[in-house]
Amino acid sequence: MSAISTSALTRLRRRERPATTKVREPLRDRMFMVVITIMLVVALLLVLAPLVFIVASSFSSAEAVNAGRVTFWPVDFSLHAYQVALSNSQVLQGYYNSLIYAVFGTLISVTLTVAIAYPLSRKTFFGRNVIMTLLIFTMLFSGGLIPTYMVVQDLGMLDTRWALLIPNAIGVWQVIIARTFFANSIPDELYEASMLDGAGGLRTLWSVVLPLSKPLLAVLALMYAIFQWNTYFDALVYLKDPGLYPLQIVLRNLLILNETRSGAQDLAQQMEQQQLAAVLRYALIVVSSLPVLLLYPFIARHFTKGVMVGAVKG
Amino acid sequence: MFPEIGHQPTTVRRRSRWSEAQRSWRLHWQLYLLAIVPIAYFVIFKYVPMAFNVIAFKDYSPVLGPWGSEWVGLRNFQQLFDNPVFTELLKNTVFLAFYLVLASFPIPILLAIALNEIRNGWFKRTVQMVTYAPYFISTVVVVSMTILVLSPRAGVVNEGLGWFGIDPINFLGEPGYFRHIYVWTDVWQTAGYSAVIYMAALAGIDPALHESAKVDGASRLQRIRHIDLPGIMPTAVIILILGVGNTMAIGFEKAYLLQNDLNLAVSEIIPTYVYKTGLINADFSMATAVGLFNSVVNLFLLLAVNFAAKRITGNGLWR
Repeated sequence: MSAISTSALTRLRRRERPATTKVREPLRDRMFMVVITIMLVVALLLVLAPLVFIVASSFSSAEAVNAGRVTFWPVDFSLHAYQVALSNSQVLQGYYNSLIYAVFGTLISVTLTVAIAYPLSRKTFFGRNVIMTLLIFTMLFSGGLIPTYMVVQDLGMLDTRWALLIPNAIGVWQVIIARTFFANSIPDELYEASMLDGAGGLRTLWSVVLPLSKPLLAVLALMYAIFQWNTYFDALVYLKDPGLYPLQIVLRNLLILNETRSGAQDLAQQMEQQQLAAVLRYALIVVSSLPVLLLYPFIARHFTKGVMVGAVKG
Repeated sequence: MFPEIGHQPTTVRRRSRWSEAQRSWRLHWQLYLLAIVPIAYFVIFKYVPMAFNVIAFKDYSPVLGPWGSEWVGLRNFQQLFDNPVFTELLKNTVFLAFYLVLASFPIPILLAIALNEIRNGWFKRTVQMVTYAPYFISTVVVVSMTILVLSPRAGVVNEGLGWFGIDPINFLGEPGYFRHIYVWTDVWQTAGYSAVIYMAALAGIDPALHESAKVDGASRLQRIRHIDLPGIMPTAVIILILGVGNTMAIGFEKAYLLQNDLNLAVSEIIPTYVYKTGLINADFSMATAVGLFNSVVNLFLLLAVNFAAKRITGNGLWR
């Protein structure tokens, strides 16, 4: 009886399937799919494993971490590391500085990128090809670290916040993305209509083009904000004042150079501090990546689109 | 006797270009004003530094400035090429860069093709979201994670080796591991991101090709081999050109962070050497000479690869 009902069920299911998968795939193809699925699962685990290890360790007790007892699940659940990380004045100052750099850097960068990309997208803008070629050339041949440092020095930007906001304000790749968007996604009729209404170039940009370019602005803002949040090179080169350090430099000092200010005298206290320093690192990694993690759903949606837009017509 | 034919088109063309410029200015004068600031940015922060490269041929003194300093011709380059460190630097840079290109080129393609075969939406999305994520983690954090995961004391890798009775290995202290660590953490971080580009190329392939191949009895593997791979070829070539073309521009950020006294023999690459010579030892002229050498070699490499790719596959960065 059960045999009949299963076969009936199978028949029923088969009838419900869409027409394209009606034909069962040959054995070799099904084997192939199994291999591919296993490959992807392995890739997934390889990417995920270190992340899970870090997060699990950050929620474990200092003893468990130092004894190497933590693998992929917290041992002796503890939030102590987070308490210490979030009460560290260097970390808080770094967080604050990085937020400033990210917010203002993004504003400056997006504004300047639109200011060059929009004119370059207009077909009747005389000189657009020459300017574009000169911009792309800077991608192929750079002035180099020391000459750029000399310019920043001559402008008096060393050891000021401007050093992180201005010298890398415009990315040529972002200009290409924006120019391609303006050229392809805004219909020519709109330009004509706005011109007939007597709007000048700036008015057209502000009232017609930008309201239609929100996806582009989102992509540019995300790209620049993440760059500002994650970069440490400019700060390493241009800043000496610890009060201006972005979070990444603070992290580098705490995580990689092992610069924990040890004022501890006796051995027991020192031991305890060293133990804590280890867990602290895991917690710091999580805390510093939090803003990007929170943005990730938006990133995943918009970033891909931006990468594609730029790739369509370079 | 006859009017010079060759002259006429140029004068006509010049006049029309001039009137074109005038018309453009009348139409777009506001946009020209708008573009002034970004153009000034590129002049000041990109083209002035190129000019400042003259100090590679001078004995730079901060008092006299880049233009007033004394010319020394090719002395800095002579010194650089005579320095035994230079050979090491070049070797380290080129080995690391080529290893990186070799490892990070095929994996995103495999990932994209595998994801493209999967029809299960939930599984596909999960793999995509997870492999894409590391791209957005900062270099400092990736290096810290690497150090922690590979730590000889409590790192998860050495714990795993311990289960097989293998003694802990100090991965970051052994020069032999440096390149593997650098390259495979890079693959870990960027494979998912690069795969997205190939996924888009795969999505652009006409489904009718697959349908007719299926009717002809082609297996999945055959369809990948004869439809998908040729379909993503142009994209792959461009990415390969950019990869090889950036050989000498290989990232300073990660190499500098992964460096320590024990692995310096393989981890010192040209960009880190420029930083140390120029900003720590304050030898501006020498550092600029090294940097200039690097940029020039890189530019020629890019042009050469682009030329070769255009000859072989018909695809290049520009027409």
